[in-house]
Amino acid sequence: MLNLEDAVIRNGVFTVTADFVIDSGAKIAVIGPSGAGKTTLIEAIAGFRPLERGRILWDGRDITHDAPGARPVAMLFQDGNLFPHLSVEQNAGLGLRPDLRLTSEQKKRVHTALARVGLQGLEERKPGALSGGQQSRAALARVLLQDRPLLLLDEPFAALGPALKAEMLDLVAALAQETGATLMMISHDPDDARRIADLAILVAEGVAHPPQPTADLLDTPPPALRAYLGAG
Amino acid sequence: MADRAQPVSGAPGIGAALCVATLILGALAAVVWRAEPGSGLGPSDWQAVRFTLIQAALSAGLSVALAVPVARALARRRFVGRGALITLLGAPFILPVIVAVLGLLAVFGRAGWVSQALGALGLEPLRIYGLHGVVLAHVFFNLPLATRLILQGWQEIPGERFRLAAQLGAGPEAIWRLLERPMLARTAPGALAVVFAICLTSFAVALTLGGGPRATTVELAIYQAFRFDFDLGRAALLSGIQIVLTALAAGLALRAAPGGGFGAGLDRAVQRWDANTPTLRLLDGAAITLAALFLLLPLAAIAMAGLPGLTELPASVFRAARTSVLIALLSTGVLLVLAVPMAASIAMVRRAAWIEIAGLLGLAVSPLVIGTGLFIVIYPLADPRALALPVTALVNAVMALPFALRILVPRARAVIGDFGQLGLSLNMGGGPFLRLVLLPRMRAQIGFTAGLAAALSMGDLGVIALFADQDMATLPLQIYRLMGAYRMEAAAGAALLLLGLSMLAFWIFDRGGRWHAEP
Repeated sequence: MLNLEDAVIRNGVFTVTADFVIDSGAKIAVIGPSGAGKTTLIEAIAGFRPLERGRILWDGRDITHDAPGARPVAMLFQDGNLFPHLSVEQNAGLGLRPDLRLTSEQKKRVHTALARVGLQGLEERKPGALSGGQQSRAALARVLLQDRPLLLLDEPFAALGPALKAEMLDLVAALAQETGATLMMISHDPDDARRIADLAILVAEGVAHPPQPTADLLDTPPPALRAYLGAG
Repeated sequence: MADRAQPVSGAPGIGAALCVATLILGALAAVVWRAEPGSGLGPSDWQAVRFTLIQAALSAGLSVALAVPVARALARRRFVGRGALITLLGAPFILPVIVAVLGLLAVFGRAGWVSQALGALGLEPLRIYGLHGVVLAHVFFNLPLATRLILQGWQEIPGERFRLAAQLGAGPEAIWRLLERPMLARTAPGALAVVFAICLTSFAVALTLGGGPRATTVELAIYQAFRFDFDLGRAALLSGIQIVLTALAAGLALRAAPGGGFGAGLDRAVQRWDANTPTLRLLDGAAITLAALFLLLPLAAIAMAGLPGLTELPASVFRAARTSVLIALLSTGVLLVLAVPMAASIAMVRRAAWIEIAGLLGLAVSPLVIGTGLFIVIYPLADPRALALPVTALVNAVMALPFALRILVPRARAVIGDFGQLGLSLNMGGGPFLRLVLLPRMRAQIGFTAGLAAALSMGDLGVIALFADQDMATLPLQIYRLMGAYRMEAAAGAALLLLGLSMLAFWIFDRGGRWHAEP
């Protein structure tokens, strides 16, 4: 259970406030106008942005001051999710051991994870020699190996085509289902949100609202969201 | 905002910076303490200051202005021998000064190849001694350095950007405006400042091609006061003047520190689509050919003069060579232990300006100033001549530090900027991030740095001249002594040996680091 208690996050001149609870295993879309602070919210939960006020709790434990890597969080960024000089296998292996001193048993798990995301046979490739979809899969294999209870996505598939993006999101949803992870994903596409997220957090005008059913939010959007969606 | 978490600890770099600052400031304090104002600055001292500034400004401006077309040509052309030429560009900078001056004299001197050609046409021979000779030698040494610094800037523009620009239909002019000019605005001031600072402390070039009251640098004046008169007080006073001059240059260099990078690009070879017009091909070809000739002819002259003497080198030359190799390895090790942690700290720690200043202190003290200071400190405690070897290695490392940081810091910034967050989110704190990300992604820059350090130390003729006694010599010092004894055959042969050793040291390290391998 993720709990943001009266949190205030500053990003330059604007702030985002958040006060809500997310149940374990939930799949949540974070939606809202551009520049409203969706990434700011995600970065704060991941530990890249300190809180100005308030606390972040995971299962009742205060993680407000934990380092990013010490949080129960796996995160995919908008870009740069892979180290270009490391092989696919090494990039994925970082999810198990950040120092890459893998036992043979762990190497087997890396191969299993790569096979699970459809990358068997490409273990030795460098990211530069992969397609965009394959790069996403490699990052997802690492997420799978990280096995963290909270998965944050900051639009890592934005550069992919609609079919490929949908495929990746389905893969993410399936992986989250398998591991029981809680999923929070920033989305610009209402269809994506409907597709895999039963709940949605609206970030608008400096406030991250508590989660509500995605369908309700999108069917009867508040004014700020309606202007953004452009729906009649 | 509170301090953000960092992927590597900044502490080792801060410790290294403290060591460097203590060493240099200690030497400076000794100089200031020992300086005897006496009758103040005489007219010849002012003349030395004026000459020092003028030749340094001319040398820096010419070197960088000529380096831009050469670097651009190298950045956007693929041709057989390109890799060799880029390696060769490292040569004059790491070329031991005395050796290079011999080569330049053979080409541009009164009896040199150019003068002979002019004579055949009934024209006057060139006169190389004086200001233009000093500037010529400095451009010879620093044009390649400037080219490499700027070329590195070009190569740090990710290939994706050129691809994007080509896709947008951008021609050479648009690319210049979009990508190249902003890159030059970041790299050129740094290159200018570095060349200016190098030329400001010119010693051996002024000794050989300048000299006399109208072409003496401050650095040369310090040596003369020290060696000929053993007048520590006067050497210290001149060192004080030199400190003021070089502090000015260090200030310039700090202001010119490069800003943000161009973002991450996956490691694809850079390809250019914009520069395939005949005119541009011709211009680039001319720039590359002229630069190559300017660099190669003096090197060829050294080889031709040195080969006959190579077979009958005296044993003293080989003893000196062994000493030089030892000093070079020691010096390179010390430099890397200082520079890599400092670069990481500068890239990460907030308010790290003082670390950068500590690294630049090497620019604010010339080798002879720091040598004078260390001599003053050591003299009452021990025989300075017994410590000649470690002191030389240490001073060489500290002198190479500013160049090392200029090479390492932008890359460290880029790596930490691009991958710091990812490393943190994967909990790769400290050792793993260093071992798996920072060092591998900085390998090219570290190799280049080590190559420079080893070769510079190998060819150094500075502090060792102050500290060594008759029984001890590095190879450059031994060549200097052979020349002084008019054993020119042996000197030329030893010069060729020194050239080979320096190039080999540079090549091994730089090659080992250059992984941006092209297909």
